[in-house]
Amino acid sequence: MKLEESPTTDGNVITNYTINFGPQHPAAHGVLRMVMELDGEVIERVDPHVGLLHRGTEKLIEQKTYLQALPYFDRLDYCSPLCQEHSYVLAIEKLLDLEVPLRAQYLRVLFAELTRICNHMLNMGAHVLDVGAFTPNLWIMDLREDCMNFFERASGARMHSAWFRPGGVHQDVPEKLLVDIGDWLDNRFFQLFDDAMSLVMDNRIFKQRNVDIAVVSRDDAIAWGFSGPMIRAAGIPWDIRKSQPYDVYDRMEFDIPVGTNSDCYDRFMVRVKEVRESAKIIKQCLRDMPEGPIASTDGKVSPPKRGEMKQTMEALIHHFKLYTEGFHVPKGEVYVATESPKGEFGVYLVSDGTNKPYRCKIRPTAFSHLQAMDMMSKGHMLPDATAILGAIDVVFGECDR
Amino acid sequence: MVAHSAPKYASNEGVLDALIASVSVWCESAREEHGEIILTTKRDQIETVLRTLRDDHQYQQLMEIAGADYPERHERFEVVYMLLSLTKNHRIMVKVSTDENTPVPTVTTLWPNAGWLEREVFDMFGVTFAGNKDLRRILTDYGFEGHPFRKDFPMTGYTELRYSEDEKRVVYEPVELAQDMRTFDFLSPWEGSDYVLPGDEKAAPPEPEPETDEEVEEEPVDGVAFEIEHADRSEEGEN
Repeated sequence: MKLEESPTTDGNVITNYTINFGPQHPAAHGVLRMVMELDGEVIERVDPHVGLLHRGTEKLIEQKTYLQALPYFDRLDYCSPLCQEHSYVLAIEKLLDLEVPLRAQYLRVLFAELTRICNHMLNMGAHVLDVGAFTPNLWIMDLREDCMNFFERASGARMHSAWFRPGGVHQDVPEKLLVDIGDWLDNRFFQLFDDAMSLVMDNRIFKQRNVDIAVVSRDDAIAWGFSGPMIRAAGIPWDIRKSQPYDVYDRMEFDIPVGTNSDCYDRFMVRVKEVRESAKIIKQCLRDMPEGPIASTDGKVSPPKRGEMKQTMEALIHHFKLYTEGFHVPKGEVYVATESPKGEFGVYLVSDGTNKPYRCKIRPTAFSHLQAMDMMSKGHMLPDATAILGAIDVVFGECDR
Repeated sequence: MVAHSAPKYASNEGVLDALIASVSVWCESAREEHGEIILTTKRDQIETVLRTLRDDHQYQQLMEIAGADYPERHERFEVVYMLLSLTKNHRIMVKVSTDENTPVPTVTTLWPNAGWLEREVFDMFGVTFAGNKDLRRILTDYGFEGHPFRKDFPMTGYTELRYSEDEKRVVYEPVELAQDMRTFDFLSPWEGSDYVLPGDEKAAPPEPEPETDEEVEEEPVDGVAFEIEHADRSEEGEN
């Protein structure tokens, strides 16, 4: 607003003022600095400054072999590590045109969905916490902890699993783990989850803080490059798992929840529904998972088991070559995008035929969503900014790379 | 028939022909590789091409703009636009190439989210976009110099920073590495390494002008270097 047009009280001119939201704000979900121009408590303009967590991941990946670069993907969106790995391994497999055994595909889908639940538990907890509810967060954080324990039992690490590998997964899971995941879904998960959601979904305060906040039209959602729950909340049934199925998603039966109002409440509710769909997919995986190898049988790509390596000459050679030189990927470039819990997570991989990626561009989901922050929060109150951020589900490890 | 299990979108069959029929006047090449359709267009026509693709071919979403650096090429940078069609369930890539000094026309006129994506390419590669009104750096530090994803930018960078207890603020200093950067490529020498293996330089053919040992020692530059090195060593020994 121009100075001369500003309202006055008793001869004092009231002008807009600019504040910093972050970079150390608990509701900013990380190191986000937003320069906000406020007219009283109403947001006039938002300029998000990102990059405070920039680590140059893409440059680091160029220095590593394909296998060594994999753990960097856990560290991007540290709330849904396995889903990031998924895009990367699929990109490599697409360049190699490598077949993945069925059991490995099932395992990947199972754990990608478990990751989705894990991610949504954190996001929904943080979202309700941002708008003032405390209890649900504590309850569903407990469920997140259970997911972490499952990851640990499969890969040995709670967060940075590095468990998906080009050609399959690193290790098979113990039979008891699959049984326990099924038990957990049947006997524990929904009791806690439903309890927590019953506190939130029809809560008057929660609705007042979220309904009709940051309404984005369908056209805007498409033009701004939205994906994942953000575009589904706008009423567009777009889910890469459904429309561009990868691994065994084409064998799964699940629905795509969509919103009607495209506000923060819808985004939240889409995630609530998605958790149920994920649980459905996990149960189908547990039911249908076949026996068999868990990694490609192509010895030039996936390393031999340790016992085998000690026994046969050929396995020893493969082991040595794969862990020193790594495998070579044919020349070419692909863009592979999967449905991460936050939206479309893409990897643009350029190979020059050597053992290292020539260029690996990561398409973070939060980047496009956060860019629309200005458009979404214009005209809303300052406290609404936290609700909008919570509904975007932004994680800076991924946004800044 | 493909063996891999990467995302399967609508078939590429016929798409390339339809695109060529529609935008080939502005294109330099169009090909299909690894199941991806890649159009290379003329730089100054990128906006027209993308507009045609968006409006006539239903590629509604711009998902990503990626930069890539190929220093050996005449125009070293590539800018790659990833388009997604929600209605046709299809993806294509559109490429232009450019160099340090030639701007690429912006596509913020077509998609509002191109703003940050172009800013990122500018920040990382130094490619400029004509018409982008907000071409600031985005991911690197305030006051950063250089374009880190260029292939000639060292991985360690040029500056490092620490909190100085004396000045009570963060200070920037030139990078000091406690040990040399180690790069292992492990490419097997009979499969395509293009460098001389350590030790192989000894097997290099002798210089065309054979000279005696004495003459070599008299060569000014080498001799001085040798003496300095020697002096250093002897000092260390005394200490």
